[in-house]
Amino acid sequence: MKDSTRKPVIAVGPFHPLQEEMEFFQLTVDGEKVTDIDVRISYNHRGIEKISETLQFDQIPFLVSRICGICSASHPLAYVQAVEELAGITPPERALYVRTIINELERIHSHLLWVGLGGHFIGYDTVFMWAWKYREPVLDLLEEITGNRNNYGNVKIGGCREDIPDELVPKLLKELDEIEKKTEMLTKAVLDDPVLHARLKGVGILTKQAAIDYAVTGPTARGSDVAIDVRRDDPYAAYADLDWKVITQTEGDVFAKAVVRLLETFESINMVRQALKKLPKGPVTVEVKEIPPGEGCGRAEAPRGETFHYVRSDGGNRPIRHKARAPSYVNVPSFKASCIGQDIADVTLTLAAVDPCYSCTERMAVVDRHGNLTHDYDMLLKLSREKTERIKKEML
Amino acid sequence: MNREELQNRLQEIKNKVTAVEQTTDNRIYLPCEAQNAYAVSKFLFQDLACRFVIATCVDSDDCFEVLYHFSYDQLGVVITVKAFIRDRENPAIESITSFLPAAEWIEREMHDIMGIDFRNHPNLRRLILADDWPDGVYPERKQART
Amino acid sequence: MSWKIWSLKKSPWVFHVNVGACNNCDIEIVNCLTPKFDVERFGIKLVGSPRHADALLVTGVGTRQAVPRLKEVYRQTSKPCVVFLIGACPCGTGIFHNGYHVEGPVDKIIKEEDPNAIIAYVPGCPPKPEAIISGVVKALSAI
Repeated sequence: MKDSTRKPVIAVGPFHPLQEEMEFFQLTVDGEKVTDIDVRISYNHRGIEKISETLQFDQIPFLVSRICGICSASHPLAYVQAVEELAGITPPERALYVRTIINELERIHSHLLWVGLGGHFIGYDTVFMWAWKYREPVLDLLEEITGNRNNYGNVKIGGCREDIPDELVPKLLKELDEIEKKTEMLTKAVLDDPVLHARLKGVGILTKQAAIDYAVTGPTARGSDVAIDVRRDDPYAAYADLDWKVITQTEGDVFAKAVVRLLETFESINMVRQALKKLPKGPVTVEVKEIPPGEGCGRAEAPRGETFHYVRSDGGNRPIRHKARAPSYVNVPSFKASCIGQDIADVTLTLAAVDPCYSCTERMAVVDRHGNLTHDYDMLLKLSREKTERIKKEML
Repeated sequence: MNREELQNRLQEIKNKVTAVEQTTDNRIYLPCEAQNAYAVSKFLFQDLACRFVIATCVDSDDCFEVLYHFSYDQLGVVITVKAFIRDRENPAIESITSFLPAAEWIEREMHDIMGIDFRNHPNLRRLILADDWPDGVYPERKQART
Repeated sequence: MSWKIWSLKKSPWVFHVNVGACNNCDIEIVNCLTPKFDVERFGIKLVGSPRHADALLVTGVGTRQAVPRLKEVYRQTSKPCVVFLIGACPCGTGIFHNGYHVEGPVDKIIKEEDPNAIIAYVPGCPPKPEAIISGVVKALSAI
């Protein structure tokens, strides 16, 4: 990285109370525009890959579920798929459907969470409160099926630990209708608002080429016209049996990413409906005796993008190497491409648009040439909200 | 490109890899010596337009391995370049960030936790270990205890 | 009872610190503010600086990099204050207990800074918002 002459550097920190994540982003600015960023991510490093080597294969889903709280279904799924590939295990069909249902329910509440946060950053706290209120029924559904609102602990090598009782299906379908109605209302409120159009369009653009160079995935990629989705490209669970579409937009700005996430939420609701109606009879697990030597790759489309796990075994009961890659690991660095040239008032929103799996974000710092803080996080949040107010006034 | 075409195109770098191992429909492994990994990765990214997924470093008793995982999304195939670094005293490999900015973080991470030098990396500073973590201690190496 | 303690109990302002958490607990804490649970009606408010806080909500295992910052935040928090450890991670490092980058549990770190610190434990992975609220209320009633 070139050593820029001592321009003022923006540190966004301490982190906003709603997102106390210990990341360290150092932004260099020239006037009001960002010219460079640097990142340190050791605050959240827990050494999970090494811990994996001390656990037995069937204990690891519980570990990786806690890599990130809001991708807590996709990490264990990607991991068990890697081991199932390594060992040549095929889970029963019903298990594939249950896995699909849980992962799509997670996508729904994760996207709603994101909508709420996006609203918060630009000063639309009502949107924040609504979105988080409407994700509660989804969490209740997950609790009813798996026993927990998060960290479901449902996936295991060879299938699922718990089944969805058939008697529960009519209730789940009814709840889904309610959730869909609320999501429609929220979507209209967001997408029909001219102030939001003015505030979010053209902000934080990630070009298609940058999306490819930074190898981004998920809505961050699909908002920049890179039409990739693991569920379609390398189908797993029951996705190949369901009727759904991959949502893309071309502009690459924050608005495009918001549209992708909102429309995906409807696709997810539909997928859960289909999966519940088509739920095949049968067991949800097969017996697994041993994991032979070998290696396997497993991936899942988390709400933020592709989650990838690589597992290598020497025939013992623990892996000798386990690599876990969360989607934010490739998405967050792309912040460099989408934030350079932006106003500092848009910096928080641009980063939020990547939907960083909180477990890896936020802690921006602006320091001037003498190393003094020029803007803390609260000030950056304030700048962002003031910009929204200005836009509102101009439109009236 | 369909699967047959993909296999044919992979033959273009067969002199740089020791094998083209297809373990399942959607998984291909390309073991090679460390000095060839750069060319093979570049071929996958630029010629075949594969997407970079991530890289994994492994401490195998007699060598280090750096696995670069790529995805050919049109077919859902994961192609892994398995680079063997034979020199355990001074493990080093050419960085691929010159054509792939996406590899910057993971190479820094592998440098932190395994002590591999990525030659010509633009910014090989500490990424994930604490500021006061002792130099020369590589937690992902086998002899390191948790 | 001093007026400081009275106001802490009546309307605790809390500062949230994450020292290496997966975010589940952090999201459940924020859930407490949202309409279904709505703790602001009890006067509980999230503030942007430890200097304005009566209580700290700590999540996460206490990674090596985060330890100095946690101690600094504790120093800056106005006293008297209560430190709430939310979730299995700060209570006892949870599933990460043999991680090479883990310096927790958090009560050990806080006690290094202040052996007389008031610490309350809310276990769970993550604890539900009802559990967090219940834990906070119980601890404050006991002061």
